[in-house]
Amino acid sequence: MPRVAVVRFPGSNCDLDTLRAAEGVGADAYLVWHRDTDLRDADVVILPGGFSYGDYLRSGAIARFSPIMQAVQRHAAAGGPVLGICNGFQILCEADLLPGALLRNAGLSFVSKPVDVVVERPDTAFTCDYDSDCRLRLPVAHGDGRFVAAPDTLRMLEAEGRVVLRYVAATERSPFQPNPNGSANHIAGICNADGNVVGIMPHPERAADRLLGLTGGSGFFTSMVTLHQDS
Amino acid sequence: MTFRVHVRVMPREGLLDPQGQAVEHALSALGFEEAGAVRIGRAIELDVAAASRDEAETRARQMCDKLLANPVTEDYLLEVEED
Repeated sequence: MPRVAVVRFPGSNCDLDTLRAAEGVGADAYLVWHRDTDLRDADVVILPGGFSYGDYLRSGAIARFSPIMQAVQRHAAAGGPVLGICNGFQILCEADLLPGALLRNAGLSFVSKPVDVVVERPDTAFTCDYDSDCRLRLPVAHGDGRFVAAPDTLRMLEAEGRVVLRYVAATERSPFQPNPNGSANHIAGICNADGNVVGIMPHPERAADRLLGLTGGSGFFTSMVTLHQDS
Repeated sequence: MTFRVHVRVMPREGLLDPQGQAVEHALSALGFEEAGAVRIGRAIELDVAAASRDEAETRARQMCDKLLANPVTEDYLLEVEED
């Protein structure tokens, strides 16, 4: 079973949900404090959601300099899988592990609701258990979720197929607003060039247990196990 | 010597600034219809100990590039004054 390190920053608040979701698929999951410098032989690293450092200055701007982030950088550079969820996505962008940035929602409101997304990259360490173009209903809960990037960066992300999740346009089957935050190209999640670093705004850990109503997010956690068993 | 550094961080031109838009609408609703192109940024002030004004500015610029401003979405202006 994969060893999954969930990094806890001051202000993380989805760390235990994420830990539990990873444990739920049988992973050997454990918390790592942001001041630690060692990921303890992690196969997978997850930066969970929350409000690290109170979102002071910019979301993720201070957390990216936490001591553990040097180990996360090394893990990512060696091809190790890294998943950033919500605030974790913001931290990955601030740390230059992913391009672009996440700004205040276009509507200014904090948005907390389910959204429909489509999986456009079913070949990452976190999405390999999904079928290509499958739709998921996942919760979002963020104030700074509007993905922006320079026009040439956006073109590159699209040309290289690096959009992992995209908000689905409203249809008869989906009662939700297509894009909850005004993100460029309706982007809900992206990956780096090698596909091992993934950042997403929706919260799969809140949709990974039948008790919570939604189960569409469990594939993010079973994928880690699948990839580990194949390697 | 100690220098007082004033940093003004602004959202990059062309990027949607929903806070600026909301304030512009509020100003208009209050009768200030002449107000337009409202943009909202952030002001940061700090003391920098340095041997010269140039050194203080160089160090402050490094602080901006590394932490105080996001090069993807923001531009900044620096002013350095002797304490």
